[in-house]
Amino acid sequence: MSLLSVRGLTRDFDGLRAVDGVDLDLAAGEVRALIGPNGAGKTTLVGMIAGRIAPSRGRVILDGRDITRLPAHRRMRLGMAYTFQITSVFTGLSVAENVWLAARRRVRGAGLAQAVRAALARVGLEGRADQVAGDLAYGHQRLLEIAMGLAQRPRLLILDEPTQGLSEGEIAAFQALVRDLAGEVTILLIEHNMAVVMALAERITVMAGGRILAEGTPPEIHANRAVQAAYLGGDDAADC
Amino acid sequence: MEFGPHLMLATLEGAVTAAVLALTAAGLSLVFGVMRVVNIAHGEFFMLGAVLAWWVTQAVAGPWGFALALVVAPLLVGALAVAADVTILRRLSYDPERTIVATIGLLYILQQLTLMTFGPDARPVVAPFNARIALPWVERGPEGWTLIWPWGLGTTSYKLAVIGAAGAVLAALWLFLARSRAGLVMRATQADREMATAFGVPVERVYALTFGLGAALAALAAVLIVPIQQAHYLMGADPLLLSFIVVIIGGLGSLPGTLLAAVLIGLSDGIISVFFSPTLAKILATLLVALVLVFRPQGLFGARGR
Amino acid sequence: MLHLGLLALLLAAHFLLPAYHHGNLARVMVLASYALAYNLLFGYTGLLSLGHALFFAAGMYGMGMGVQHLGLGAGAGLILGIGSGAVVSALVAALALRTSGVAFMIVTLMFAQAGFLAILHFGAWTRGDEGFVLAQAGRTLWGMDLSAPGTRYLAALALFSVCLLLSLALVRAPFGRVLVAIRENEERVRMLGYDTQAHRFAAMVASGTMAAAAGAVYGMLFGYVGATFASVQYSILPLLWVLLGGAGTVLGPFIGTLFMFYLIDLGSGLTTAYMLIAGVVLVGLTLFAPQGIMGEVRRRLWRGLP
Repeated sequence: MSLLSVRGLTRDFDGLRAVDGVDLDLAAGEVRALIGPNGAGKTTLVGMIAGRIAPSRGRVILDGRDITRLPAHRRMRLGMAYTFQITSVFTGLSVAENVWLAARRRVRGAGLAQAVRAALARVGLEGRADQVAGDLAYGHQRLLEIAMGLAQRPRLLILDEPTQGLSEGEIAAFQALVRDLAGEVTILLIEHNMAVVMALAERITVMAGGRILAEGTPPEIHANRAVQAAYLGGDDAADC
Repeated sequence: MEFGPHLMLATLEGAVTAAVLALTAAGLSLVFGVMRVVNIAHGEFFMLGAVLAWWVTQAVAGPWGFALALVVAPLLVGALAVAADVTILRRLSYDPERTIVATIGLLYILQQLTLMTFGPDARPVVAPFNARIALPWVERGPEGWTLIWPWGLGTTSYKLAVIGAAGAVLAALWLFLARSRAGLVMRATQADREMATAFGVPVERVYALTFGLGAALAALAAVLIVPIQQAHYLMGADPLLLSFIVVIIGGLGSLPGTLLAAVLIGLSDGIISVFFSPTLAKILATLLVALVLVFRPQGLFGARGR
Repeated sequence: MLHLGLLALLLAAHFLLPAYHHGNLARVMVLASYALAYNLLFGYTGLLSLGHALFFAAGMYGMGMGVQHLGLGAGAGLILGIGSGAVVSALVAALALRTSGVAFMIVTLMFAQAGFLAILHFGAWTRGDEGFVLAQAGRTLWGMDLSAPGTRYLAALALFSVCLLLSLALVRAPFGRVLVAIRENEERVRMLGYDTQAHRFAAMVASGTMAAAAGAVYGMLFGYVGATFASVQYSILPLLWVLLGGAGTVLGPFIGTLFMFYLIDLGSGLTTAYMLIAGVVLVGLTLFAPQGIMGEVRRRLWRGLP
């Protein structure tokens, strides 16, 4: 029984079809990577799942419940969490306050401070709790985003290009974090970094031109001719 | 007077209002369309046009004085607007909210300075020509339709001239925007500011000139109406409100929409004011603007969905 | 702490100030309560309303007409005033919050204008432009004569204390912290699972109701209910006070109101065009000190100032 199902999801923008009749199933506890060239419709698809964008057609089903009509904040309450492609922390507030906002919806009273500390510790930011978020280095802001996602204890965590702008060391730490979470949380991540994708994903969905091009395990995708033609091309020297 | 002639009279008066309103609103619409800022002091530019017209006609009497005012007032007000843009608006980077607050401040500055120099009284300006023109109405008589001349149904040559002048200026404005190089530059800046900059368009200069032109249009409208209305330091409030109504209903940034809305609102305001209370007309108009913004923000003839 | 200190200071002033300043300070405290209400929406939630006079007047007229036409006493009048404010702000919030930014400013401005015009139009009940003096029955609460300077000051202080402490509590509570986050980045808050529209609605109703309370008390303490309090000027003034004192700080509204009050007091001694000062201050603030006085204090001296 899948945690998340998407049926025939379509989105038009003034005559341009950004997402075209996509079907997707995510099993609980799975780590799924969503890859594809720029403009393939990945962020739009994920936006429709999270509720940021309304679909032109199609349905989104979470745990058997049709949530297509539900506004974004209600979906988050049902156990989704979303991190933004362009870092979207509250730059004027402290690191701890950022996480507090994320955790508070789920936990009240005494447990709240503990939950904030735990989320920060998990991404390694506990030493920076009182720093103003806007003063953090970019990589740390990305980590803060993830901490905020974790603080919500979601069932489904959607990460939009989480490693973008991170250094090698930070990417390694991120990979360790995701491996740590696997099984606990279902993760859907949009990624361009193929090394990260191959290392973390249990299954990969490839999109191009608004449609699903292929779906399978990393070895399967790696060997898939159509994917190679459309996306991996010949100049990806970093694949494994 | 019977209903028919009364309606005709109301329509004529409304046409004069519409003509002047169209000019004023065109100024506001131009500024919003190109610069994306809302100028709350727009009504004060209007008022300054009327006040300056009074000063000029005091200095130079007769129809020549008025002709001079028609040229001098818009130029001076336009220059003042350019100065305001360069010193204030540009420094705020045209941030929408901060600009509104700054223009509110500008409103008070202009209004109160006028109070201090011009005084609190309303002062008349004499029209350059003002012949009465009686207008006919048709009536069904025993021999069929005949023309009658109801007493009180008429207009003046000046009022007709106002309508004509406004129409001419608006046509010139349209030609300017559509055909001239400067107009093209303005429209390009309106369409895509970043692209315009990339193409070497001096956006800041375009903005300053646009702001000046918008103010000059309002001032010109005021000079046209001042022989009918009198100059007063508070006279900017109504034109501001009405221009707002016109621009929002016609669609922010859409000049044809603005013109159409001006005709609609000018006429209906005139007609409603004659048959009902002017305050009630204003209440309805204000509520209409609010509701249009809430439910149909692109106005009736909306530009984009923005 | 700091805020209790201010209240203590104001209480001490009751016994120390000469009559002229004593009366002024009473007025300032009620107006500062209005500013506190405005600050809730503008400073903390980040919504710039140009129509708060509607809520202030709703309170004042709700109370005033209750006393005048229904023969209510002060207590019932106050409740009616506050209730009217709550209803009006809920209605306006339901509509205006569908818009944002510039559109929100204009919609609130339009609703307030409509309210002002309605007060003029329905002069039979509201006494229109003139306004009316409040009957003594509306100024006697629990046996105390609110028009007596001593009681009046203490009543104003009571209102101000309630509003100040309420603002402080709200701002420190989770609700207030979420509002600040919404001001920073609305979509992010939404994606954290918060119903941002509901939060904004609550903030606007709280703000409007507090403003109405200030309006009702103002009428009761100073004995006059008039249309000026519903005019655009009374929508601009709280914006001015809050900007000057420091938006998003709890002490800012009081500082701003006090400062501006005395500035205008000085100015009106010099000229009838004292609103010029308001204009200059507004422009100066937007250009040079958008943080206001307490905002600068917070930035330079004391980071954690609420």
